[in-house]
Amino acid sequence: MIRALAQKEIRSFFASPLAWVILAVASLILAWIFLLQVDLFLRVMPRLALYPHEAGVTALVAMPLLRSATIILLLLIPLLTMRLISEERRQKTLDLLYSSPVRVTEIVLGKYLGLLGFLGALLALIVLMPVSLGLGTQLDWGLLAAGVLGLALVMAAFAAAGLYLSSLTEQPTLAAISSFGLLLFLWIISWAARGHGPGSHILRYVSLLNHFSAFMRGEVKMSDILYYLLFITLFLTLTIRRLDADRLEH
Amino acid sequence: MVELLIEAQNLTRYYGTRAAIQDVSLTLGRGEILGFLGLNGAGKSTTLRILSGALAPSTGRIAIAGIDLLNAPQEAKRKLGFLPEHPPLYPELTVAEYLRFCARIHGIPGKQVRSAVSLAQEKTHLTEMSRRLIRNLSKGFQQRVGLAQAILHEPEVLLLDEPSVGLDPAQIQGIRDLIRTLGTQHSVIFSSHLLAEVQSLSTRVIIIHEGRLVLSQELAALDAQRACSVHRIGLRRPPALRILEALEGVTHVSAQNDGIFRIEHQDQPEFPELLLREAVRRDWVPFTLSPERANLEEIFLSLTRGSDAIAPLPGAHS
Repeated sequence: MIRALAQKEIRSFFASPLAWVILAVASLILAWIFLLQVDLFLRVMPRLALYPHEAGVTALVAMPLLRSATIILLLLIPLLTMRLISEERRQKTLDLLYSSPVRVTEIVLGKYLGLLGFLGALLALIVLMPVSLGLGTQLDWGLLAAGVLGLALVMAAFAAAGLYLSSLTEQPTLAAISSFGLLLFLWIISWAARGHGPGSHILRYVSLLNHFSAFMRGEVKMSDILYYLLFITLFLTLTIRRLDADRLEH
Repeated sequence: MVELLIEAQNLTRYYGTRAAIQDVSLTLGRGEILGFLGLNGAGKSTTLRILSGALAPSTGRIAIAGIDLLNAPQEAKRKLGFLPEHPPLYPELTVAEYLRFCARIHGIPGKQVRSAVSLAQEKTHLTEMSRRLIRNLSKGFQQRVGLAQAILHEPEVLLLDEPSVGLDPAQIQGIRDLIRTLGTQHSVIFSSHLLAEVQSLSTRVIIIHEGRLVLSQELAALDAQRACSVHRIGLRRPPALRILEALEGVTHVSAQNDGIFRIEHQDQPEFPELLLREAVRRDWVPFTLSPERANLEEIFLSLTRGSDAIAPLPGAHS
């Protein structure tokens, strides 16, 4: 059941021009940033040779690329998630799912996994750029893997939040704007925690950005992974509860 | 005793404080086509959505083929096919893709999906359209895709919400033929606000008004009950109205166009003969005489006209 739902979601993505445009725009902008970073690296390379223990090509090209990718995806993922449930509400197709022998949990997981499938393709496109450098130079694979894992978790978290907000409304645009707002807010919430005031550690813990930064430094910590998994579980549960409530009282 | 495929008891559904339906009980036996009549907004869609499991009732119980819909929803829903008021279609998919998806969420095993899809397409005459995008289909074909979706898994019960709305006359005829054929293999409940449709398709009719059932009866019984208490007669040389009214057994006469008179009379089988004999004897030159069939329309209007008319009839299930 979950597989059928996920496959349908992927099929729907690739049947819509929106998804293709998003893939194209993300690739184009990130490729541009990638080229700028490579160019920068080539210019500073002679000086880097003097400090053998300093950052290499992975830290100077791949990591900034992944960091920029999070910002681009913060803008683009809400556009991908906005239609997931709101469109079903608008087209009144939810009754099909509700009247078939599928659990609400399966509906939500199916949609989410379908979305992750699509995002996996997007991630592969992004990761291929720094990996291509491996043809000509030595990469720090460990650092790169940490960065990619971080980016994957961030994408999965964005997707879960977007899915939930899409379940709240009939208007895809509304879902997109509110997801974007929520994600951006959670991204920059730690800006308020520069000092050591009361509660600042809470703000830092809640921030999506804070946990991602550790991955950028090559640190893979269980606590950060757990944060993202909790974040995803929270929003998926909220979505399930929202859809369950549909059938009950209004 | 006919096997009951749907047994719904005392369904009530509130939206906020407003009750969309109240205390609705109904049954559907195997092989029945049940016509579900009501004005727009009377609660037809709400009732059907509740029966399909898409909406939970505020109170009440539903059993589908003996399985409780609220306690064992997955199992019960396997026996149901539902066509909502708006066919639930994904416009970006082709007909075949859509039906394959529906087959899988209805729990048809992987190996049988292909054959189930092609069978459903055949039954709904969609085979030619199989590779077209649903977006590009006409309303009539979209309705058929919705119907194909509902019958894919060979459910024992079909719930069809206004299956012929928005179609042109030829398409309506097509859908009705289809429902009639489906009725031979499945039990069907279909809602409609078209009386003629219900009259021509169903074996039993229920009427809902302002959220309550006001009639549930076999159509045949309905016909017999009200048969032929009205006749229309055409007279070339008509007498004055009061002379017609004075005839034996006549309760009311109204004159219509072109010498046609509508005669209401006491229910006695020999009335047409007597009337005709009288007309010939007095040289009124009758040229046509026809019974006015028990008209669902009259019943419907009398039941839904004003709120004083909605006391449940004896035939209504309790």
